[in-house]
Amino acid sequence: MTTTVPKLTPEQIESFGEELDAIRQRVVADLGERDAGYIRKVIRAQRGLEAAGRGLMFASFFPPAWLGGATALSLSKILDNMEIGHNVMHGQYDWMNDPDLSGKAFEWDTSCPGDQWRHSHNYMHHTHTNIVGKDRDLGYGILRMSEDQRWHPYYLGNPLYAALLATFFQYGVAFHDLELERVTAGKATLGEKRDMIGAIWNKVRQQTLKDYVLFPVLTGPSAPFTLAGNATANLTRNLWAFTIIFCGHFPDGTQEFTEEETAEETRGQWYYRQLLGSANLTGGKLFHILAGNLSFQIEHHLFPDIPAHRYAEISVEVRAACERYGIPYNTGPLPKQFGSVVRKIVRLALPDRRDRPAEHGPRAIPVRASERDPLAAAEV
Amino acid sequence: MFTESTTARLGRRVLGSPLLEALAAPHGVDRYLELIRPWWSLHAARAEVADVRRQTGDSVTLTLRPNENWQGFSTGQFVRLTVEIDGVRHTRCYSPACSEHAAGHIEFTVKAHPEGKVSGFLNRAARPGMVVGLSAADGDFVLPAQRPDHLLLISGGSGITPVMSMLRTLCHEGHAGAVTFLHYAQTRDRVPYRRGLAEMAIRHPNVRVALAYTREADGTLTGHLSREHVRAVAPAADRAPAYVCGPPGLIESARRIWAEDGIEQLLHVESFLPPSLALPGDRPEGSVSFARTRELVPNTGRSLLEQAEQAGLSPQFGCRMGICHTCTCRKTAGSVRNLVSGEISSADEEDIQICVSVPVGDVEIDL
Repeated sequence: MTTTVPKLTPEQIESFGEELDAIRQRVVADLGERDAGYIRKVIRAQRGLEAAGRGLMFASFFPPAWLGGATALSLSKILDNMEIGHNVMHGQYDWMNDPDLSGKAFEWDTSCPGDQWRHSHNYMHHTHTNIVGKDRDLGYGILRMSEDQRWHPYYLGNPLYAALLATFFQYGVAFHDLELERVTAGKATLGEKRDMIGAIWNKVRQQTLKDYVLFPVLTGPSAPFTLAGNATANLTRNLWAFTIIFCGHFPDGTQEFTEEETAEETRGQWYYRQLLGSANLTGGKLFHILAGNLSFQIEHHLFPDIPAHRYAEISVEVRAACERYGIPYNTGPLPKQFGSVVRKIVRLALPDRRDRPAEHGPRAIPVRASERDPLAAAEV
Repeated sequence: MFTESTTARLGRRVLGSPLLEALAAPHGVDRYLELIRPWWSLHAARAEVADVRRQTGDSVTLTLRPNENWQGFSTGQFVRLTVEIDGVRHTRCYSPACSEHAAGHIEFTVKAHPEGKVSGFLNRAARPGMVVGLSAADGDFVLPAQRPDHLLLISGGSGITPVMSMLRTLCHEGHAGAVTFLHYAQTRDRVPYRRGLAEMAIRHPNVRVALAYTREADGTLTGHLSREHVRAVAPAADRAPAYVCGPPGLIESARRIWAEDGIEQLLHVESFLPPSLALPGDRPEGSVSFARTRELVPNTGRSLLEQAEQAGLSPQFGCRMGICHTCTCRKTAGSVRNLVSGEISSADEEDIQICVSVPVGDVEIDL
């Protein structure tokens, strides 16, 4: 499926960028009690669910208690990782000056050490979004998610690797910043990564000890049920996080970019790339909270450090601006978006058919003024 | 709140055990405790406001009930108080006004400064039940452990609090030496603790209280601090250690008088107001470069913290007066002047307190 990308002049892209800057300034100036109250409410709910889930596991030999406990723990881990951890670690609440909500210090309930996440995600992914060869979220170094990644027989396993990544997503994320593909390619050695491996080991051990040793043992006769319940909660969170995250940049219509075309981006062009490379999900309020508001992936990529619960109201303005400039705004319900991601994973397992046109135009973004087509500019 | 009962101590032991910490990972036990009662914590010193009263029209006196993590203070020291205003935490330094032997409570009197965000908020909005954060007490404006036979306590305006604490501590200890308490205020109704001071003077014959008003004539003395004032109320001033706390004008006068009399070693001072953040006469030059965000802005002459905030960054900060070091940042290149010490840091790669540092020419900081 080919999406037509409008040919905007550099001037149009800059003025679009200025409109987004204005939205940002307005929201940042308005941050206060309401946002602090919101995130504390979510934290309270998450810690409540955590305590309830752990408590119910003491009776996990009784199936309804097991089900309730596993559900509460699943929700707790989802809220912790997505609406709280991911967003706090972006520095969305740094303005509160609360050390417990500091983006630089926050630690989350998953195997990936916060510091490594801050590097691989906040810096690498958000700066180089969807640039093939630079954004390692494009396939996590495991999958083929773009035609621009050259096919290799290894990728026949694409659907299998995706299923494994989804199941063990917390470990996939934990190993993400290690860039193991560079080690296998001989560009880096494990020795250089010793500190990172140590940090991952400590975090994995801490998480494993808690979920698979201490809590099961404490619940005595319920131990096997507790273990299964905790594993279920981790699995649910893994599958959910994978689903939401893969809907952020890979549904039909999202664009990928090359290093050359993004080499000298302006702020406006950066905004434009974020917009073309991201896709939203539609749904109700609870859905958005459980998605960590990554269902507003477009707004998140435009304003990664604005409190995510603001994205819903910001999206109205962003969408209106997109309509005015004729920029596609990729959004849809979860089944549709995820369906197209699954189809892409399967399709890219096979070599490209030669008769099929490339997924996206060679130049989505007018990078340098000298490359501008004066006629196209005059027509707009 | 945890009381000293055995069950509470046992509870603390259990909650603070490595097992509980492992179970509550990665957030820690405190993150759960504070959801039950906001002042509950195994590690952080916090306090609940127990009482709010007004002694003067422009100040508020707060009685705080600290949790068990509060380690107390030496009389004269200050504490960094953290409050949340419209979702943002702010930290300011205040000196307790109570005796250092006061058990289970701390008293602060906070004067509302016209542009003081925190002092204004506390005057306006403090109410019982509110929870504030406390730092460990800090500062070397303290009485020697061996209390001197003669003491002179001088204060101006809101600077009354640490010396009030000293007076109360001495009375609490049954100190028999002569203590002169000289306080400066614009008018009579601006003196907190006026009634309490009068009572202490009656109850403790060794305590002499003198109130000087700068805009009224019905006090013990009239006008600003002078050698005559000191001699009139404290004949032994030439051999008594003096503790002076107040606005910069009062401190300067005290420094001058004690220096002229050749007894500056007896003088101990504490100034309350932050140094003026604009440098008069100096036209700001150069530009400020924020290395991490690659922002470059022209130097406005304000503190680097303010300039960073104006550039849209949100560096960490605390007291904003050069005390707490929360805002400390690496200066990677260029020179800055520290407004508190007046020192110029010109070496590259130095840690500076950005809240009290102004650029001298081009500066690059790691923000």
